[in-house]
Amino acid sequence: MNLSSISQQNPGYEEDVIIICRDVHKWFGNFQALRGISMEVRKGEVVVIFGPSGSGKSTFIRTLNRLEEHQKGQIIIDGIELTRDVRNIEQVRMETGMVFQQFNLFPHLTVIQNITLAPIHVRKWHKDKAEEVAKQLLERVGIPEQAQKYPAQLSGGQQQRVAIARALAMQPKIMLFDEPTSALDPEMIKEVLDVMIELARSGMTMLVVTHEMGFAKGVASRMYFFDQGLIVESGTPEDIFTRPQEDRTKLFLSQILTH
Amino acid sequence: MTSQAASSPQTLPPPTERFTVLGWVYKNLFSNWYNTLLTFIALGLAYALLKPFLTWLFEQADWEVVQVNFRLLMVGQYPKEEMWRIWLCLHLLAAVVGLSWGVWVRGHLYLALGLLLVPVLLAFLPSASATIRLNLLTMDMVALLAYGFGRLGKNSLRRFAAWSWVAYLLLVILIVRGAAPIAERLPVVPSGLWGGLLLTFLLTMTGIVLSFPLGILLALGRRSQLPAIRWVSVGYIEVIRGVPLVTILFMAATMVPFFLPSGARPDLVLRAVVGITLFSAAYLAENVRGGLQAIPHGQYEAAYALGLNGFQTMTRIILPQALRIVIPVLLGQFIALFKDTTLVVTIGLLELLGIARSVLAQPQYISYQREIYLFVAVVFWIFCYFMSYISQRLELALGTGKR
Repeated sequence: MNLSSISQQNPGYEEDVIIICRDVHKWFGNFQALRGISMEVRKGEVVVIFGPSGSGKSTFIRTLNRLEEHQKGQIIIDGIELTRDVRNIEQVRMETGMVFQQFNLFPHLTVIQNITLAPIHVRKWHKDKAEEVAKQLLERVGIPEQAQKYPAQLSGGQQQRVAIARALAMQPKIMLFDEPTSALDPEMIKEVLDVMIELARSGMTMLVVTHEMGFAKGVASRMYFFDQGLIVESGTPEDIFTRPQEDRTKLFLSQILTH
Repeated sequence: MTSQAASSPQTLPPPTERFTVLGWVYKNLFSNWYNTLLTFIALGLAYALLKPFLTWLFEQADWEVVQVNFRLLMVGQYPKEEMWRIWLCLHLLAAVVGLSWGVWVRGHLYLALGLLLVPVLLAFLPSASATIRLNLLTMDMVALLAYGFGRLGKNSLRRFAAWSWVAYLLLVILIVRGAAPIAERLPVVPSGLWGGLLLTFLLTMTGIVLSFPLGILLALGRRSQLPAIRWVSVGYIEVIRGVPLVTILFMAATMVPFFLPSGARPDLVLRAVVGITLFSAAYLAENVRGGLQAIPHGQYEAAYALGLNGFQTMTRIILPQALRIVIPVLLGQFIALFKDTTLVVTIGLLELLGIARSVLAQPQYISYQREIYLFVAVVFWIFCYFMSYISQRLELALGTGKR
């Protein structure tokens, strides 16, 4: 954690690069979802990806932990290249946490079991240690009293916070967020964003697909605008919001910011 | 949130309707002239149809045939001096049920008392011998003791209670059959002597226990990404489902010996078990597949994203949810399996129905068809209804169908 916050202050260090994507392509049948995405992310950076629906932003973030397989190009996560090699894939998945739009909690397990499952069975921790860590994480996301409940007994915002705790329990180096607030009722969005902001400030490397522009302004190091499977424009939040270069970016921003 | 609660609107109780028997009869049966007419016609029809049956049941039926052949109907030719083994199995069953009840079941007091009452009532039947009475009553004691034990242990005994069922099934086969190495304690009782309700139960239980893992493997195989595994599974399921059980039993009876070293003659019960298992597994696979399809893809993705491998994802995330969804369906299938075991009559095994027919073949009982078939039907009905009742309760408890 300390290392990454230092790197944030010294963004010139090349050895701090933790995600490298070079010319990533992806097809679904004949439909080309990604048309050559290249991106480098350094430790501790918070990257916000936005764009219209169908622009490939979710597909891209899902290729980073191989939920989708890319068919051309190169993806290297923390020095491990994603190939067909199952060991590499499992290694990368252990180092990246993911939070989904629909939470995807395991409904047959309690909150604490949801969080401790992977540490116990993948990291091979002892149950007591895993539960200790899980309780700390529930404290961190603000719902320690819900440990013994089942997901269906929680509100959407609480479920998403459990999902974040579950991903963090594996002590990942990178957190991927795939539209984490899109399925939430308006009054619950803030409680989830607060957790994400706290996480960003703690120095976690984060890739966030979202349309929450307030969040982007607040904590993003860089923003990427996706359209039709391509990166149309990228820059700091200040660049994007005050002096967007591309017409498509301007149009999209005007559409989501005016109402 | 709190400020709104202070000024929450006043709530009224829902409107209620008082229920009286007379009121119900009037409202549903005699509310106008044609309803009254229909009621009387229906009553007349019911009387005409039921009267011969009821007269027979209460005036003419002679249950001696059931009384005299009761042991035969229950255990077939199982030797009388080895009957204690059957009682031992029943006591173990009482223990396992009692333990599971203590560990898992909350409430349902009346059901529990009803179950405990069954042995007591049976013990008071006039034809029961002293041994039977004693055994029935000690079964209840064992069940109560096991219940107390389970209640005290609760969570720590969950795994133990689940495994005790598996152990029970293996033990039952060992106890009923006996084994050559411990012949002085448990001499081998050849399976040709097993029969009656005992054989029905043994076939059903082994059929369920063996077809369960096989069915799950087939269901997973059918969804496998590897074409070879998928096509083998699909082929197996579709072939078996396209063939009647009787045919499979005949095939098992005649073909199992081909797969064994020459000279080995596996007993007929084993062949029947193989046939029933192979048949049941195909149907079970389709039911489990239904459950698997109900699990959203996000569950797989969440598991993979956490680093779980394919096997862990299946056993920890997908199967627990899928099986929970299909429990009621599976119980329905097991009820069908229980009834289907009567078909082993066709390969010469004497389970409950077979024994009934063999009793009728004796000249002195030739006119007792109605009594004995009714008895067999009632026995089947009791167990099937019980299983069906359990499945309904489970459906409620697991909340399937709602969610």
